[in-house]
Amino acid sequence: MRRLSLKVGYTMPILQINKMSHDFGGLRAVNNYNLEIESGQIRGLIGPNGAGKTTIFNLISGIYSPTEGEILLNGKSIVGLKPYQIAAMGLGRTFQNLRLWRHMTVLEHVKMARYSKINYGLLGAFFGTPKRRREEADIEEKAYSLLKLVGVADLADQVILNLPYGAQRRVEMARALATEPKILFLDEPTAGMNPEELKQMMDIIRRIHSEFGLAIFLIEHRLKVVMELCEIIQTLVFGEVIAEGSSEEIQNDPKVIEAYLGKETIL
Amino acid sequence: MQINNSLSPENKRLADRLRDSFAQVPLLAWLCGVLGAVLLERFFGDPLTEILGLPKIPALFGAGIVLKKPQLIPGTVAFLFLIYVVPVIVIPRLFGSILNRLAGWFFRLSPAVSVAIHLTLLYMILSLWADISGYRLLTLKLTLIAVIVTLSLNVINGYMGEFSCSHPGFLALGAYTASVFTLFFFVDDKVFGAAFLPKFLGPFMFPLALILGGVVAAIGAIAIAIPSFRTRGDYLAIISLAFMFIVKSIIENLEFVRGPRGLSSQPNYVDLPTVFIWTVAAVWIINNFVRSTTGKALNAVRDDEMAADAMTVNTRRTKILAFLFAAFWAGVAGGLFAHVLRYVNPGTFGIQKLAEVLAMVYFGGLNSVYGSIVGAVSLSLLGEVLRPLEIFKWIIIPLLLILVMIYRPTGLIAFKDFDVMKLIRPKEKT
Repeated sequence: MRRLSLKVGYTMPILQINKMSHDFGGLRAVNNYNLEIESGQIRGLIGPNGAGKTTIFNLISGIYSPTEGEILLNGKSIVGLKPYQIAAMGLGRTFQNLRLWRHMTVLEHVKMARYSKINYGLLGAFFGTPKRRREEADIEEKAYSLLKLVGVADLADQVILNLPYGAQRRVEMARALATEPKILFLDEPTAGMNPEELKQMMDIIRRIHSEFGLAIFLIEHRLKVVMELCEIIQTLVFGEVIAEGSSEEIQNDPKVIEAYLGKETIL
Repeated sequence: MQINNSLSPENKRLADRLRDSFAQVPLLAWLCGVLGAVLLERFFGDPLTEILGLPKIPALFGAGIVLKKPQLIPGTVAFLFLIYVVPVIVIPRLFGSILNRLAGWFFRLSPAVSVAIHLTLLYMILSLWADISGYRLLTLKLTLIAVIVTLSLNVINGYMGEFSCSHPGFLALGAYTASVFTLFFFVDDKVFGAAFLPKFLGPFMFPLALILGGVVAAIGAIAIAIPSFRTRGDYLAIISLAFMFIVKSIIENLEFVRGPRGLSSQPNYVDLPTVFIWTVAAVWIINNFVRSTTGKALNAVRDDEMAADAMTVNTRRTKILAFLFAAFWAGVAGGLFAHVLRYVNPGTFGIQKLAEVLAMVYFGGLNSVYGSIVGAVSLSLLGEVLRPLEIFKWIIIPLLLILVMIYRPTGLIAFKDFDVMKLIRPKEKT
């Protein structure tokens, strides 16, 4: 008799990508990309500008559909699903260029990310039923606790544009967490930050990792951040992974040094 | 210390002092003030016009009289001051604190009761004011309908941030559907023959006619929504403009609704209470919707659709839903409109109507229920007030719009939540 579970103690990866490729017209932006993230892991993806890092994020989160390959989230294929469906299945993300809603308040941002968990329906939306009041109060409470976690609860009623950059980054993080992700994609979470903000952001990432037991997949430009946070790092150059391993392995890999860090660079 | 501070008169500007002295006045007191004004007009308006040498009570704040006979300006100004300004200032000033306590008492009793009391007062004001002349009544009804139309267009153009031009089309669909419904069932008339149902049922079935009109408008909206919400951008503006013209020419060519000659002799179902109730219902439901997280999703889609998508918002459903919702209310407003005028023809629902509605939305303010109310009321009244100027009316109103666009590009009261609870709550002592 054939056994279905072949390995003992084998845990199903939360995200598994097999041989994913993507073409933009005639240009192969991502070639034969493989990834396996288990729950609670922090993975990093580094690479020079234009290597295809954000494209990989967009492929997984459903903004683009890959030309080839399969993507499994919790064992289910998500190729061809809409971004909102994938997000509702437990993939939260932030954006490199902070896609915030400029006319909305901080609190509304975080509440909005609970959209798929709303049950009051159109009747509640139109008539303000008790069920709606209950649910909205519930969402608001959850939103406040997330804002507290990232340290911007006192700004909850501010319109997002009035916030300094670092605080906007935190709101975006809280917003992504409000979708209740099992895996969180962070696209350059420390871009444009000063050293003080950088340190705080790294603390926040560590805190949410330990608090929610999330898997985190991180794109970064700053090697310091990736090297400190991530267990396993991939290096992407021209859409292809040229190296994968721990931070020491990556730092000492001659291919990485050549392609990414440059021959003369000292870390 | 605080009290001393606010009472030191020398080093404060007049505007600030005025604001301070009325900061404690609740909405209830303002409503009572206006009620006092309209009561005063009702009982002492006629004797006062005789004393001041005016021909009759100024219908719309005296603009007509003033523009025709400049020598009556002092009399009109005195009338307006005595009848409107004095009670509206004196009553809140004298009874502000008592009414504030009363408002607090109502509010603690139950917010719903408090809302009902405020609405009753508002209705009393409107009906007393409109009672003076038939012209006022008609203007008031059309203004209230304009509030529904403006608010429903604001859902698309303001909250969702798409540019839709199809509202006259939805109005036409609603107006014709409701008219055909009432004419067919409850009127003995040349077009549709004898009444199908007993006539006394008519007023009870009229809400059904309006809702049917709304539903037909929403079905029409599907025809726009499905092709144009695949992407963002200018597609909706073009498709919806085409839709408006298509609806107009279809109706013009439909012989069973008498083509361009239009439908007339709709039954007289729409009195002031009916319009008032429907307007309140529209404002209440639309405001509920745009303040729910489901409705706020419209703002998210407008400000950044990709982010909304990544935050689990089904953007396509959100957009289509809001569009149908807005079309529904436009259809209801169309049904009311047809039964207020008791005549519709397709020519009404053309590009001029569109310009009117768009002006109300952008003048009042995007993404705001307050804005829509202010825009619809001020432009409707302004249009009537400036009527004696004839052609110059069309210079003054656009000029005003341009000024608003320069100094407040998103409209007078844009991006503001309409929080009823905050509005009716008694003012706290600071």
